[in-house]
Amino acid sequence: MRRNGAEDMSEDDERQQSPRSDLEFTSNKARYCKATGSASDHPDQVLENVLENVLHFLTSRRDRNSVSLVCKSWYRVEALTRSELFIGNCYAVSPGRATARFTRVRALHLKGKPRFADFNLMPPDWGAHFNPWLLAMAKPYPWLEKVYLKRMSVTNDDLATLAESFSGFKELVLVCCDGFGTNGLASFVSKCRQLRVLDLIESEVIHDGTDWISCFPQGESHLESLIFDCVEWPINFEALERLVARSPLLKKLRLNRYVSIGQLYRLMIQAPQLTHLGTGLFSPLEIAGQGDQELDYGTAFAACRSLVCLSGFREIIPDYLPAIYPVCANLTSLNFSYANINAEQLKPIISKCHKLRVFWVLDSICDEGLQAVAATCKELRELRVFPINAQEDIDSPVSEVGLQAISEGCQKLQSILYFCQRMTNEAVIAMSKNCPDLVVFRLCIMGRHKPDPVTGEPMDDGFGAIVMNCKKLTRLAVSGLLTDKAFEYIGKYGKLVRTLSVAFAGDSDMGLKYVLEGCSQLQKLEIRDSPFGDAALRSGLHHCYYMRFLWMSSCRLTRQGCQEIAHAMPRLVVEVIRSADMEMDDFVETLYMYRSLEGPRIDAPKYVTIL
Amino acid sequence: MEGSVAYENDLHLKATELRLGLPGTDEREEHAVSNVRNNKRPLQEGGANGKSDSQNETAPPAKAQIVGWPPIRSYRKNNFQSKKNESEGPGIYVKVSMDGAPYLRKIDLKVYTGYRELLQALENMFKFTIGEYSEREGYKGSDYAPTYEDKDGDWMLVGDVPWEMFITSCKRLRIMKGSEARGLGCGV
Repeated sequence: MRRNGAEDMSEDDERQQSPRSDLEFTSNKARYCKATGSASDHPDQVLENVLENVLHFLTSRRDRNSVSLVCKSWYRVEALTRSELFIGNCYAVSPGRATARFTRVRALHLKGKPRFADFNLMPPDWGAHFNPWLLAMAKPYPWLEKVYLKRMSVTNDDLATLAESFSGFKELVLVCCDGFGTNGLASFVSKCRQLRVLDLIESEVIHDGTDWISCFPQGESHLESLIFDCVEWPINFEALERLVARSPLLKKLRLNRYVSIGQLYRLMIQAPQLTHLGTGLFSPLEIAGQGDQELDYGTAFAACRSLVCLSGFREIIPDYLPAIYPVCANLTSLNFSYANINAEQLKPIISKCHKLRVFWVLDSICDEGLQAVAATCKELRELRVFPINAQEDIDSPVSEVGLQAISEGCQKLQSILYFCQRMTNEAVIAMSKNCPDLVVFRLCIMGRHKPDPVTGEPMDDGFGAIVMNCKKLTRLAVSGLLTDKAFEYIGKYGKLVRTLSVAFAGDSDMGLKYVLEGCSQLQKLEIRDSPFGDAALRSGLHHCYYMRFLWMSSCRLTRQGCQEIAHAMPRLVVEVIRSADMEMDDFVETLYMYRSLEGPRIDAPKYVTIL
Repeated sequence: MEGSVAYENDLHLKATELRLGLPGTDEREEHAVSNVRNNKRPLQEGGANGKSDSQNETAPPAKAQIVGWPPIRSYRKNNFQSKKNESEGPGIYVKVSMDGAPYLRKIDLKVYTGYRELLQALENMFKFTIGEYSEREGYKGSDYAPTYEDKDGDWMLVGDVPWEMFITSCKRLRIMKGSEARGLGCGV
């Protein structure tokens, strides 16, 4: 099958299923598109024009990838009409190659580091720099409007250059990015006159000391979304208040924890049109006993009739929770993952949230809180339960009881992330049967190698049931005591699984073999601390070109084994990463392997060896 | 971290303080701190810096610290660490009840720099006197004993742990009165 760059095969969280029908498609259509010589240029041109007009409507990138494989003419036209470019691995293709093929791009979606970098498993300065992409795009894409980056390194200069290079720039979304600070934000917002969206999500922002909020241009702003809840530094509130007052189109506002509840009130009465609100601190800054009058926060919330998404609550004082009662009935998304509240405090809120589809919460609510969620939130699609205390071997506020309750009450559940200290196979099996729509199942039993506490058995059967019964499952994260049997199940039944996360699991190479041989749709495989070695990897090599990446850290790989793989697979980049202070030896600490059209990258730091 | 915090926030009643070392040695404060730590479940302390390598602080000795496990991003873990690294920021409000008093009060622990200030404030607020603190006998010379509920749900005597540890683990205060209070002081 012809490959047109790594971006063709990469997909993200798209729910569409893409059967391997590309080959059939090619053979059927190809015969209609043969170039027939100069006399027939005109009809071909007409066909291309028609095609161009039609393809403008095609938005799904998977469909576009299929279209581009039909024939050269279709390839060309598709490239002309692709306005949103998605690159799942910034090193899979070079900026030059991408800009040469796609000449009319308005939006770029770029992803860099693998997910395990979030957990300090990758040394800093590994790479994923936005700069080369920025420089490559400046001339070919003068009309660039939107950039979405995930796990990329962005500098202050990059932000300034971004705003300067693209006069019509409208949307910047930075998720899990780093390398920039308030200085860069200040340059960016001051130069970006058409800015509609500035979303900083879970990114690390360096404190340069600049008051970036004051740098938004004067006059009416086009801002529709301003998200900065991850900025861990105080902001100029008066400037923010003025900005909100002159942003009539503002729909999404997520404040950081340096905005007190009193300040939140002032903003809310300026912007009752908000649909998404991050509430910041959700408590006062003033110390007790100063006797200031309590504002009627409930009225402010009641005035926001369009509010559907609430988050924030960074230092919540539960006394203020009743203020949100007026909006509960309309909420589709509620993020309490910073709110240290118990079941009793949760119940009056959650019992009103009948329309809730997305709920993020801390395990401080305990199983009892989850039971309350199950009792009311029948429309729940996504649940994430985070631990307050991210340690092993402590008492579990949530357990199999909570999971069972959720599975019974929220049968439309599609996505779950659940951190706990104890879990039984029975509860997991129950969920597999009660929630057939599950697409994402991520269970993190925080104690490593923990068996089912009731039966003493490994957790194989539970995860086995998930892959067997949840026919739409595309993302799976496993934990607890797992033998190779669990992987046998995954390989046998997890035919749609695209992302698999494994930690402290398995007995032998067979585990990895099952997965690589069985999971035909596997795109992203991340493994840590599991006993898989070179032989297992070799057995699955045939699949590696189909994958976006493979990560294996603290497994049983040797340098020799990885070298052989690098020789056998020329289009794979095989990176061996070691801790900065460790010497290079035969044992491979971290293997990060990905397909690429470009060969070894030139910006790798010294502790990364590309074989 | 706790070990390096000076003990000056505590009641300097050295004469009656229980020490491990021989009289006249100065290492006692470090020992006392580490003793306290081993007795209690480790707190959420540790790297406020998001880029720190070790994620899990003072884990139980049986299991070594594992980088990146559980897979929680640093900013989430750090959110529940004590906020002692901040000089400004929100207060730590706790309710204060006193046995026999008709209503509760609420105070901000951040406002006080140590136990002495806190106890003085409580004395003023509720119009009573607290006795003299000693590690061995609790609060002697009064019918009252200041206690607090910690993160684990246990009721502890105020003053036993270093101040910084206290303000991050204290959920609420209760001033006990009478025989219950006296019971706390003896032989605990």
